[in-house]
Amino acid sequence: MRDIAIVATSMVQTLAMDTDTEVEFMVPVISDVKRQVSMEAQDFGFICSGSSDFLAGQAFSFVHTLDAVGAVPPISESHVEMDGAWALYEAWVKLQLGEVDTALIYSYGKTSPGSLRDVLATQLDPYYVTPLWPDAHSLAALAARIGLESGQFTATDMAAVAARSLRNATDNPLAVRSAKTHPNLTTAENILAEAEVVPPLRELDCAIDVDGGVAVVIAAEDEARRLCDRPVWIRGIDHRIDAQNIGARDLTRSESAAKAAAQAGMANGCFNGEKLDFIEFYAPYSYQELILLSELGLIDELGLSADGSGGANGDDFINPSGGVLAGHTMMGSGLMRLAEASQRISQGKGDRALAHATSGPLLQQNLICVLEGE
Amino acid sequence: MSAKIPKPTALAKPVQLPERIANVEQVRSVRTPISLNYDFIPGQAAQAYLTAFGEKRILGQRSPVDGAVFVPPRGVDPRFGVATTEYVELPDKGHIGSFCVTQVPIPGRDDLELPYISAWIFLDGADIGFIGLVGECDTADCRIGMRVEAVWKDDDQIAQTAENIKWWRPTGEPDVAFDQAGGRGFAARQAARADGTGHASQPNSANPASQ
Amino acid sequence: MSANATGSEASSAGESASTTADGRLRADLVLEYPFNRTTGEIIGAFLTGLREGVIYGVRTSDGSIMAPPTDYDPNTAEPLTELVEVGPAGEVKSWTWCAEPRRQQPWNHPFAWALIRLDGAHTHMLHAVRVASPAEMRIGMRVEPKWNAERQGHICDIAYFEPVAG
Repeated sequence: MRDIAIVATSMVQTLAMDTDTEVEFMVPVISDVKRQVSMEAQDFGFICSGSSDFLAGQAFSFVHTLDAVGAVPPISESHVEMDGAWALYEAWVKLQLGEVDTALIYSYGKTSPGSLRDVLATQLDPYYVTPLWPDAHSLAALAARIGLESGQFTATDMAAVAARSLRNATDNPLAVRSAKTHPNLTTAENILAEAEVVPPLRELDCAIDVDGGVAVVIAAEDEARRLCDRPVWIRGIDHRIDAQNIGARDLTRSESAAKAAAQAGMANGCFNGEKLDFIEFYAPYSYQELILLSELGLIDELGLSADGSGGANGDDFINPSGGVLAGHTMMGSGLMRLAEASQRISQGKGDRALAHATSGPLLQQNLICVLEGE
Repeated sequence: MSAKIPKPTALAKPVQLPERIANVEQVRSVRTPISLNYDFIPGQAAQAYLTAFGEKRILGQRSPVDGAVFVPPRGVDPRFGVATTEYVELPDKGHIGSFCVTQVPIPGRDDLELPYISAWIFLDGADIGFIGLVGECDTADCRIGMRVEAVWKDDDQIAQTAENIKWWRPTGEPDVAFDQAGGRGFAARQAARADGTGHASQPNSANPASQ
Repeated sequence: MSANATGSEASSAGESASTTADGRLRADLVLEYPFNRTTGEIIGAFLTGLREGVIYGVRTSDGSIMAPPTDYDPNTAEPLTELVEVGPAGEVKSWTWCAEPRRQQPWNHPFAWALIRLDGAHTHMLHAVRVASPAEMRIGMRVEPKWNAERQGHICDIAYFEPVAG
C-alpha cells in the first residue's frame, strides 16, 4: 500500500447559495485548493467529483460544473452520483494502483431550489415505496422510534446529541445552526421541551439542509510531503453497503458501518490499538449518531455515555465541527467530514481522527476513513 | 448470435403463481411518474444576461486570461476555471458558424414552418456561438459564414427570456471566410496561444464589427 | 424542462417566471418523468395480487417470508420463486405522524406512516394508517388494508390501512 495523504482542503456552506450557480460558487473553492498546492487542473493526475442531477433538476449537471475546474487541455476526470467521499475513494484507489500521484476531488450540493426531503424519495424502491413519496424525515422517524422502543437509546440521548451539535458548531464559520442561532437550546433538557415535528423527531434531531461545496487534494508519499507542511495521512479507508429494502433491514443497526470500520483498521473503538483524538460523523439525524457510536464499539470501549456527550473525552471528541446537524450539504457533507478532520489535524488540534460518510436511505451505505497527522 | 444461448441458471427456476392469480391477466408494468418542483434562481451572470436581454441588449463576459468573450456568460472561463467578472455588450449582429435544416417540428412551436434552419450564431466580438433560428432565408441559401442580424419580437412582448429573438436573418453583407467562421477562428487563436506565438486574443477579428 | 442554449433555463418556465423579493429573476421549474416500469415476475405477481385484493410475500433463502416481495434475496441475491399469501392484516412495528400531506403524497388527509408486519411475514411494509390523531397510534396495534374499489395493480390499490375493529 502506498502512503496517501490529504494535502489541501477548502469548503463553502451557507443556508441558500441563491445568488450563485453551482459553477459560480465552486470556482473559488476549487481555485483555493489549486492555489494551496500551486497546481493547475492539468497538473493533477486525476480529478473526480460527486454530485446529483436530482438536486440541480438537470441531466448530466456535473458537466457544467467542470467549467469551474478548467478542463482545457483535457484532464483525466471521473464523476460519481455519490457524496464526494466516494469520489475520494475512487481517487485513492487510482493512487494506490500507482497510476498517478495526485488527485483533485470535489463535490457540492445546492438543494435550496427544491425540497430535499421529497427529492430523496426518488432513491427508494420504485415499485413499492417511491409512489407513496415518504419524505426523508418521516423515514428517519420510523427508524428512530424502533430504537427508542427497543431501549437502545432514549429521547434524552438524542437531544444530547442535538445539543452538543449546537455547542460545538458555535465557532464553525460553515455552521448554519449553532448556539448562536439557538442560544436557548444547548442542553438536552431544553430540547426535550420542544415539539416533536415528525414524531418522535424534533426539529433539532434533523439536519438543516443547506447549500455548499468542498474540494480536497490528495497526494502519495514524497509528493504529499512536497505539497504541504503537514500531510494528513489516510491510514485506513473502506466503504460497505447494506440492502436497500428498508422493510427488510434492522433499522437500529448499521452493519455496513461496522464492517467498513473493521476493514479500515478499527477494533474496539481504537485504530490499531491506538485511541482516536476525535470523530467526524455524517449523521443527518441525531439517533443515527448513536447507532454509529454503537457499531464502532465506541460507547463500550471508550467509556462514552450512550447520550453521546463524549464522556470523559469531552464535547470535542465527537463532531467538533458540530457535524451535519449544523448544516447538511447533500453530496458534500461526507467529503466535508474528511476535510474538517484533516483541517483540525493540520491545525494541531489532534493527531488521529475517524471521518465517516453515509449515503442511501437510513445509513444504508457507509464509508470510514482514519486520518493521522505526519 | 445463436438463439441457443442457455438461460442463466439464476433465472431458470419457474415462479409458480398461486391459484388465486394464476388465471387472471398478469400485471407486467406499472406507471410510477415522478414530479419535482424547483424554485429556480439564475446565478449572477445569468441574472445580468437576462436582465439586459429584457432591454434588447446582449451581454457577454470577457476572460481575464486572454480576453476571449463568452456569450451567454456563465461567470467562468471554462477553459481555465477562472471567474469572469467583466461584462461586454455585444451587437445583435454576427455570422453563422454552422447550421442544420430540420424537418421535424418543435413541440409547442406551431408557428415554425417546416423545414426550418437552426444555427450556431457567432456575434461580432464573441468567441463562442449560441443557438438560434434562421429566418427570412431559403434553406438552399443558408451557408457557413453568412452574416445575420437579430429579428426581435415586438417591444411589448420583450421579457427576460431567451425567446426575445424570433430568428436571425441575412444582412446581405459579405460572408466571413470559411476558415475564420464559427469556432475555427477561435481555435486558431487558441492554438497560437498554446504555441507561445500568439498574442492576446482578438475575438472574431475577422468580423467587420470588431475591427 | 428545456434549456435553450442562449442560457436561459428560466425562459422555459413561461408564465411562472417572476422576481424574488429583492428583485432578482426567478422561475418555477418542474421536473417530471412518466416512468412506466416493467415489473418482472415476482413484483408483477404481487401487483396482480393487489388488483385481486390479496397480498403475497415471497419465501427467502433462509425460509423467512418477505412482503412486499422481490425477485432476489436482498442478502444472498438468490432468485426467489415461492409466493406465499400474507396478511391482509398486520401489526404496526413503527409509526410517525404526517399532519399535512406533502404535494406528491397520495393522501389528502392527515395520516400515520407505518412500518407494518403483515401476518405471516417477517419483514415490514411501508404504508399509511388512517386514524384521526397520533394519539390513536401505538406500536403493536393491529391494522388491515382499506382497498380501493377500482384497482389497477399498484401499491396505492391499498388506499391505506386502518385499525382492525374490536
